Amino acid sequence: MSILVDKKTKVCVQGITGRDGAFHTKEMIDYGTNVVAGVTPGKGGQNVNNIPVFNTVMEAVKETDANTSVVYVPARFATDAIYEAIDVGDPEGSGTKIKLIVVVTEGIPTLEMLKIYNYLKCTNTRLIGPNSPGIVTPDVAKVGIIPGWIHMPGRIGVISRSGTLTYEVVDQLTRAGLGQSTCIGMGGDPIVGMSFIDLLSLFEADTGTDAVVLVGEIGGTDEEDAALFIKEQMSKPVVAFIAGRTAPPDKRMGHAGAIISGGMGTAESKVKAFESVGVPVATSPMEIPELVKSHINQ
Amino acid sequence: MKIHEYQAREIFSSYGIPVPEAKICTTPQKAKEISNLIGYPVVIKAQVQVGGRGKAGGIKIAKSPDEAMKIANDIFSMRIKDFPVEIIMVTEAINIKTELYVGVIIDRSSKRIAVMTSAAGGIEIEEVAQKTPEKINKIMIDPLSGIRSYHLHKLTTPLFTDNRTPITDNRKLCSECDNIINKLYHAFIENDCSLAEINPLVVTDKGKLLACDSKINIDDNALFRKELAGLRDTKADDPIEKEARESGLSYVSLKNGDVGCIVNGAGLAMTTMDLIKLYGGEPANFLDVGGSSSPDKVVSAMKIILTNKNVKSILINIFGGITRCDDIAVGLLESIRTMEIPHPIVVRLSGTNQEKAKEILAKTELHFVSSFTEGVKKAIELAK
Repeated sequence: MSILVDKKTKVCVQGITGRDGAFHTKEMIDYGTNVVAGVTPGKGGQNVNNIPVFNTVMEAVKETDANTSVVYVPARFATDAIYEAIDVGDPEGSGTKIKLIVVVTEGIPTLEMLKIYNYLKCTNTRLIGPNSPGIVTPDVAKVGIIPGWIHMPGRIGVISRSGTLTYEVVDQLTRAGLGQSTCIGMGGDPIVGMSFIDLLSLFEADTGTDAVVLVGEIGGTDEEDAALFIKEQMSKPVVAFIAGRTAPPDKRMGHAGAIISGGMGTAESKVKAFESVGVPVATSPMEIPELVKSHINQ
Repeated sequence: MKIHEYQAREIFSSYGIPVPEAKICTTPQKAKEISNLIGYPVVIKAQVQVGGRGKAGGIKIAKSPDEAMKIANDIFSMRIKDFPVEIIMVTEAINIKTELYVGVIIDRSSKRIAVMTSAAGGIEIEEVAQKTPEKINKIMIDPLSGIRSYHLHKLTTPLFTDNRTPITDNRKLCSECDNIINKLYHAFIENDCSLAEINPLVVTDKGKLLACDSKINIDDNALFRKELAGLRDTKADDPIEKEARESGLSYVSLKNGDVGCIVNGAGLAMTTMDLIKLYGGEPANFLDVGGSSSPDKVVSAMKIILTNKNVKSILINIFGGITRCDDIAVGLLESIRTMEIPHPIVVRLSGTNQEKAKEILAKTELHFVSSFTEGVKKAIELAK
């Protein structure tokens, strides 16, 4: 089992004719992902990697039953692309629609994301990102840009706000013989769709997941909220790691979301929140597999 | 992106928020002329993008032409928290009865827009929030419905109910304040701000409201669609961080560190710094070469690292996914060939095309390591 991405996932690639879109479409197909359609306005009728391109998401969904969209559209057009995918809804009551949108695009204006976040509340559509590396369910499918080869199927869930750090953590787990159920990069922006809490609750309900590794970083209070949720609603063990213990305040550390401002969002506060609810916090990514092993066996 | 007070003042004024009469200048002579026009006393304010400029002596009152000239001269020769003063703003002096606070920010945890007011204006609002949170009135607004009259009532009523401003009819002040907050909210939304703040919003001795300080931060992600990008004062940025930004790199230098780092990905770059510290070293910087791996970026990164004179060793930590290790290797080879690098370089290349990368670098004298931990320990050792 897995969460969000499984054998039924049919992917529509928004921005398929762009450089990144085309490259990663091939990568996704090579990994075994069922990519069924691409969308680029004005380029309908073309083919990219043998995938048919449509002018609109609506057409793509009608013709191919796509249920998941991945967005590679450049930042200035990405907001429209996301609304388009949300608004497809359920054409002709066919029961198929875009249930999950994964936004890889970096640099979408924060206020636009704030509006999208609140707009989504009136729908059942789920959003991962923006600025997300994507989702991998090992040996089943990958949606986004995470390299597939570091993964191994198994029973550990991984949730992270980062990209390459996620790869490092997954690589460590795989080397230690700990396979993964699903790995998700939530995205490094200040406002993202699904939060740690949303994803923890899916893993809690997933019969294919025994434990969760949570990779957080400085900025915001998502990790603190997650700690409270774990205390009150999680029965499965969670192991955490927090990046940015040495980050200076008021400096944006690459990700738009990774900034300590007004004394909020420090690594200390996040580590303390986890430790106070019994969640072990690794001091380095290399320590994570050991902590997971010792907690699964309890 | 931060902008100057005078720029924020112009934006607020264009939305109809009442602001004091003011003009900017770049010479003491001009400051005197403006002061003469405005009429004494005047307030002379340094335009720098850091907090606490009042305490640092960057805001002074002048009562005569000679005094205006002298104060302007003094302020122009100041450095406030390392920033030179190149522009000053001269404004009319206001007789203040009360100082209030009004601010709009994005609230990350509730995913809404927070609008705040306080009767304790004029001082750092973080300080008020920490010591006396009950003095802050806060409303969370859904950006889709926007600000509504009941939000405004909740925000302004507490400001005028404790007889702190017994000058005129409080109801009139309340509705004036409603107006100002409404305009501030719209200025915030329409200019893609991450913060818009009036501190203090002053009640004058004549019973009028005036925005006596204006502050705006603009969302970096929104700059592509705004003329506001032109408001950036590039002199207010760290020149090396600016150069890094222009090369597509994300760079932050740290004081006193001696292990320079070049990493792909923000999370991994932060973790590299953390591990250097954990194993007893001092990281010199945060540097993310980003997702796509052009060899040029490695060369630019190396140049930037070498501007830091404290650096004694360099750690290259790459986990290749989309970034290909061979591209990084080509960039490294180019750096070694074209630059004099006096420091030992420790290289950890894992992932996509790592074998190819090792071939490319086979004849170099770099210190190759096979793991993250080993790389960190080696780089610390070599910095000693």
